[in-house]
Amino acid sequence: MRLNKIILSFVSALVILFSTSVASFAKVVGDKIILGAAISLTGKYSSNGVHTQNGYNMAVDRINSMGGVKVGGKTYKFDIIYYDDESNPKRAAQLAERLISQDGVEFMLGPYSSGLTKAIAPVTEKYGVPMVEANGASRSLFTKGYKYLFAVLAPANLYLDVAIETAVELNGGKGVRIAQAFEQDAFSQDVRLGILDAAERTGSKIIIDDKLPKELNDMAATLVKVKQMKPDVLVVSGHTKGALTAIRQIAEMKVDVPMLAMTHCDAAKLSKQHGKNSQYALCASQWHKSLTYKDDFFKDGMTYAADFEKEFGYDPPYQSAESSAALLVFKDAFERANSFDQKKVRDALAATNMQTFYGNIKFAPGGQNVDKPMVLFQVMCDASGKCENKVVAPLKWASAKLIHPVPKWSER
Amino acid sequence: MDFLVFQYPMITVQACLDGILLGVLFALIAYGMALQWGVMNIINIAQGDLVILGGYIAYFMYLYGIHPAWGVIVAPVIMYFVGIAIYKLVINKVVDRDLFISILATFGISILFMQLMNFAFGADVVLANSGYGTTMLFDSNVVLPNSKIFSAFISILFAVCLVIYMKKSKLGRAIRATAQNARAAKILGVDTEKVYAATFGINAALCGVAGALISITFTIHPYMGLPYTIRSFMIVIVAGLGNLPGVAMSGMGLGVFEEFADYILGTEFRIGSVFLLLVLILVYRRFKLSRKREYLK
Repeated sequence: MRLNKIILSFVSALVILFSTSVASFAKVVGDKIILGAAISLTGKYSSNGVHTQNGYNMAVDRINSMGGVKVGGKTYKFDIIYYDDESNPKRAAQLAERLISQDGVEFMLGPYSSGLTKAIAPVTEKYGVPMVEANGASRSLFTKGYKYLFAVLAPANLYLDVAIETAVELNGGKGVRIAQAFEQDAFSQDVRLGILDAAERTGSKIIIDDKLPKELNDMAATLVKVKQMKPDVLVVSGHTKGALTAIRQIAEMKVDVPMLAMTHCDAAKLSKQHGKNSQYALCASQWHKSLTYKDDFFKDGMTYAADFEKEFGYDPPYQSAESSAALLVFKDAFERANSFDQKKVRDALAATNMQTFYGNIKFAPGGQNVDKPMVLFQVMCDASGKCENKVVAPLKWASAKLIHPVPKWSER
Repeated sequence: MDFLVFQYPMITVQACLDGILLGVLFALIAYGMALQWGVMNIINIAQGDLVILGGYIAYFMYLYGIHPAWGVIVAPVIMYFVGIAIYKLVINKVVDRDLFISILATFGISILFMQLMNFAFGADVVLANSGYGTTMLFDSNVVLPNSKIFSAFISILFAVCLVIYMKKSKLGRAIRATAQNARAAKILGVDTEKVYAATFGINAALCGVAGALISITFTIHPYMGLPYTIRSFMIVIVAGLGNLPGVAMSGMGLGVFEEFADYILGTEFRIGSVFLLLVLILVYRRFKLSRKREYLK
């Protein structure tokens, strides 16, 4: 009997605890709009997880200090509940579940990486929770018919599209010979599909098509093939590991290739870790501070970069910029919906058509942003060995002229 | 495309040389594993993580402006004491239990190390630049980064020193005696506890050397340890315990095998082919053993 009583009181205590916690965390409390986010603060994505979080926080502070969000004649402020997903997709899905069903969050921000976004999207979709994400670019996210997922970034298959187009253009419109090496993960394989499309469209030929292992730190074999077969373009995508390994071994093995295009150069701090060896590498980027997009909150890329540097002590990678943009999109959608009804906010998000410092944002029915092209920058170094990333394509934003073909190692 | 090796004969030479240089490095890690497996009957799953930790030591020296090649001397010294500490804290409690317990314990250490390294050094991929340049052979058709040659040379140097040390020194003899029969060694006055600690320390030191070399030739990352554990496990299995030339040969063999698998099957099957080879060898060994057993009957 006594045991029963103890169990009963324990259960009722739990019920009370949960009901109060739900009440205190509900989506809009007082003048606060509470967003939820599972972010990789530990584990293998932790550095980019932190970039994402810094981007979110920076935008929250900025929007709040500049008047907040106006809905129904009242002013609200943003607040975010963060959980650490440990870079683990299973954990991320659990946390999304927890944010929604226990903490009562009704609007979500995305995690870092395509893999984790893929794990969370089915959960937010199930509960009809609108999610604006800034770090999941995998094409497969946008072909599932998700209604509540919106991505401010361009999908992965467009990352290196521009590079192939440029190479073909420089070749007088004739197809080029492409060598490619991609890690076997969702993101890199999507980049690969984009290259396959571009090759077909331009009549280019793929002569080397290597898939790199997950624990990649040696791609000498691929580079030996490149040395022997002499392609016009070498494309590499394998997150930071891929970028660092490629540059190291290309320099060591003196591989001459007219164009080298990669992803994740700024996350890898390429020019810092490799200095002059990274010179002439072309890198796909979602954003660069020299782009001339504008908005009312961050003004433009240069101002954003300066403010970010002041607050966090480093130059913002595009992962931070796109994360900040996600908040601007949310604010805009809340104000246009003029309501906190999830369906109305969702519809307002779907109708988004705006410019932010990060780029134009307009969502396709699949949820990807179709109004913002990728940019390519090239690592350029001066005589003293100081290297800088300069935008070279598309021409509209180019701040420097593309150096092509890349000078041979024997002439450097 | 599949038969690039035949289209471009220089690739064969390149693959063999790359494989041998890589294999020597694997062999060094495997030698440490064989040593402690033989002496203490412990399969150390954390082997690869000790390697990566050694790599970080060289990397930090590089960050502070010291040439990372000095890591080859500093990393083993630090790692020796790390090894002793791990032994005193964990391994001495599992050393005479069955193999399964020790695998679990070292697996735990491996996870702990990964997370601690991630916590302390961050999840970024890093490397140390040696600035060693390149050697070109055969009309620059075969290219060998000097950092790879350096790392192979240092690996051989350390292996040779260790063999001599094992043969000549008092501790070396005690280690070999303990490996043969721990009980008899104890009766004859060998302090096996000390021998175990030293063995674990030496293994960690070897991992430190290998790690420093890896940070110079490849890249390091807190979660990159496991492939090194698996490769060294495989080399030891092929060579057998206490067979040092065997470890060296199977290390180089594995390196060359990996390179050729890369050219012939494709890069995506590189690690897969290592696992396949492991399975084949285990099956073959079992088959051979069972025949021997029948004979004994």
